[in-house]
Amino acid sequence: MNRVLVNSPLLKLIAERVALGIVLLFAVSVLIFAGTQILPGDVAQSILGQTATPEAVANLRRDLGLNDPAFVRYFHWLGGVLTGDLGTALTSRQEITTTLMPRLWNTLFLAFWAAVVSVPLAIILGLLAVRYRNGPVDKAISGFALASTSLPEFFIGYLLVLFLAVRLQWFPSISTVYDGMPFLEKLKAIVLPGTALVFVVLAHMMRMTRAAILNVMQSAYIETAELKGLSAFDIIRKHALPNAVAPIINVVMLNLAYLVVGVVVVEVIFVYPGMGQYLVDHVVKRDVPVVQAVGLIFAAVYIGLNIVADVAAIVANPRLRHPK
Amino acid sequence: MTVKATSKLRRDNGLLLDIRNLKVQAVVYSPSEKPREVTIVDGVSLQLKRGKVLGLIGESGAGKSTVGLSPMGYGRGGVRITGGEVFLNGRDILKGGVRELRRVRGSEVCYVAQSAAAAFNPAHRLMEQVVEAALLHGVGTRAEAEKRAQALFTKLRLPDPKSIGCRYPHQVSGGQLQRVMTAMALCSEPDLIVFDEPTTALDVTTQIDVLAAIKDAIRDTGVAALYITHDLAVVAQVSDEIMVLRDGKMVEHGETRQIIEAPRMDYTKALVSVRSIEHEEKEPTPKPLLSVRNVTAAYGGGAVKVLQDVSVEVHPGQTLAVVGESGSGKSTLARVITGLLPPIAGNITFAGRPLAPKLPHRSKDDLRELQMIYQMADVAMNPRQTVRTIVGRPLEFYFGMRGRERDARVAELLDEIEMGKGFIDRYPAELSGGQKQRVCIARALAARPKLIICDEVTSALDPLVADGILKLLLRLQKIEDVALLFITHDLATVKAIADSIAVMYRGEVVRYGSKTQVLTPPFDAYTDLLLSSAPEMEVGWLEHAIHGRRMESAGN
Repeated sequence: MNRVLVNSPLLKLIAERVALGIVLLFAVSVLIFAGTQILPGDVAQSILGQTATPEAVANLRRDLGLNDPAFVRYFHWLGGVLTGDLGTALTSRQEITTTLMPRLWNTLFLAFWAAVVSVPLAIILGLLAVRYRNGPVDKAISGFALASTSLPEFFIGYLLVLFLAVRLQWFPSISTVYDGMPFLEKLKAIVLPGTALVFVVLAHMMRMTRAAILNVMQSAYIETAELKGLSAFDIIRKHALPNAVAPIINVVMLNLAYLVVGVVVVEVIFVYPGMGQYLVDHVVKRDVPVVQAVGLIFAAVYIGLNIVADVAAIVANPRLRHPK
Repeated sequence: MTVKATSKLRRDNGLLLDIRNLKVQAVVYSPSEKPREVTIVDGVSLQLKRGKVLGLIGESGAGKSTVGLSPMGYGRGGVRITGGEVFLNGRDILKGGVRELRRVRGSEVCYVAQSAAAAFNPAHRLMEQVVEAALLHGVGTRAEAEKRAQALFTKLRLPDPKSIGCRYPHQVSGGQLQRVMTAMALCSEPDLIVFDEPTTALDVTTQIDVLAAIKDAIRDTGVAALYITHDLAVVAQVSDEIMVLRDGKMVEHGETRQIIEAPRMDYTKALVSVRSIEHEEKEPTPKPLLSVRNVTAAYGGGAVKVLQDVSVEVHPGQTLAVVGESGSGKSTLARVITGLLPPIAGNITFAGRPLAPKLPHRSKDDLRELQMIYQMADVAMNPRQTVRTIVGRPLEFYFGMRGRERDARVAELLDEIEMGKGFIDRYPAELSGGQKQRVCIARALAARPKLIICDEVTSALDPLVADGILKLLLRLQKIEDVALLFITHDLATVKAIADSIAVMYRGEVVRYGSKTQVLTPPFDAYTDLLLSSAPEMEVGWLEHAIHGRRMESAGN
């Protein structure tokens, strides 16, 4: 094995995690491919409709390459994916990559702004809950967080629409975005779906932050800090938070992944032109290449963020960063 | 004028700390009862002059840490100071509220914890933590504080005083961390330092260095100190006066020399005379019960050798004490004998037959005749089983006893460990530390073993309780004719119970023979270090021991 890698446990660990993520991604691609193969229904039939002649269906099947053995089709598909070609949508006959990219950007745009609001908010609320633990502030934060997770996102979405769009008319109830739209307009358009997403992920992150820090607060070095005369909030910020980073990063990444892959319902409610909408439309039409493409992208986002979480947790550990 | 400045002006005029009639209480929530208030410290008063050291001594639960933390107005867990006054530099710090307390903590009074390894924040560099309190309380600029910290590192004889502050806690050994923590306490130039068992978690050869460093630092800086420990021999080295506490009340208070040489109260006398067990050494028999021959063992598939060519013998009905510091391989030897770690070379015979290296290959009789007792009695028992189930289990497993027959035998065993009747239906949580260890002994005896391996079984116990356990083991050894392999780092224990002794150092047996042979000079360098490092209850022992040493301690 390479000496440099052996000598730096940190690099070795990170390389391991990244390699593992790539292997996992390939495994997922096999699963997605296999899964879509066993879905009932025939694409050629559904494109041509019930009245098509068997010859027409057979011709189309041949043209689409549906008669090749599964593994040939898999490698053909995989080769395309690796070169940036996600294939052609069966129903619309359009390049999937060109249709999908703007939608992916829209989804990431929404997820990004939801994350920018929810992550710092969750951590600050978590810190406050620890600072005033078991008091009214903590109970109020916990109660609010619990309520917001218990409500399904479509319910929150419709509540937002009812009050902020219909009654107060501050924001549009349908989040239309298009190319060349001014930035501020775009932001205004995503306020409602963004808020709904924030409500969904906030509680989980906040409660995990609170739990992770409270766990650290039992440590002897917290007593050391108290006996130095530090204020309660300084103790939490300087001495507890840095040691609770790993579990917090993990839950944050899990929720960021959810912001990308779990937005289907919210996008449908607000008719937002993102990945979720696109996926739902094409599942209905049995458009297998699109479902495969979207599935693979979701998997890549999920695995990618988890790798980031793992690496961040490793880097946050001083024992690994500064070996003996 | 700041508090700090006033306290500097008062430096010369006498009284620093005056605790009057301190009362500390806590609310205890036990599952089966209503929450109730218990009194942890009741009516303790003490006075401390500038630059003086008062030792607070007692067993666990005596309230010594609670008294020690009172000058910082601090109560651990749900502990609250409910009565009395704590005058520090002439004012009652309990009257000032939280802000006032925060001004005292880390500024006028600093704290050195038992386990520095746990008390340092693993996420920050040492220097950052050492100067933190000094910066917080405005004792100086960062540059000044770091300069003072480096000077203190030098004074405390830490290696690389210039750069050790850049390290993280896990990069520094336990003994060094304890000294860094002392430097941290001294860095904000306090009037008083509370040392809470600062050397208890260290090896005996490391303890002596840390103790000497602390003593010199106290003398050179002129700081006053409360020194909390359960070890009278240790406190006798550093303190001017000693206060003996028991169950939250003061038992005796006096000059150090008077307490250890002429104690007035019975309890103090018991503490001073602890470990006065008379044990007559037995001659080795021609046929050893257990013989370990040329055993070499390693972890990580041979990567880390932890035992090198170890040969020892245990004779029937006798005690072999294996003594050494942490990392010397003494617990690994136990793991090899019990089959948990198969050796890579060498063999073991037991009761005339070879023992299979791996645990799964051993017969039920092999398992039965070789029992173990552990250091942490409370984690060695299932907390959801009663004493009846715990002690009854080997009876069922090895002898197929059931029902009344089993219960009768359990009662007999409990009689043998002097725990009579009332304990059979208790859970481990309802027992004291010493009682838990006794139940573990009963469980081991239930199997009617020929050999019991005792791994540091008294290390977690208070001296008087540990003494009781040792006496019990010796008595049971006579009754049941069981051999003991006694692993310990405590030389006083070894002297009390051993028939033969093996001294281990870095995975090797450096000295082995009968007790008299091993403890009679001339010594090899390591045994000499080990013997000379064990604190003796005698004023001035520390200086004498430090000067007489031939070998630097290894793991400091």
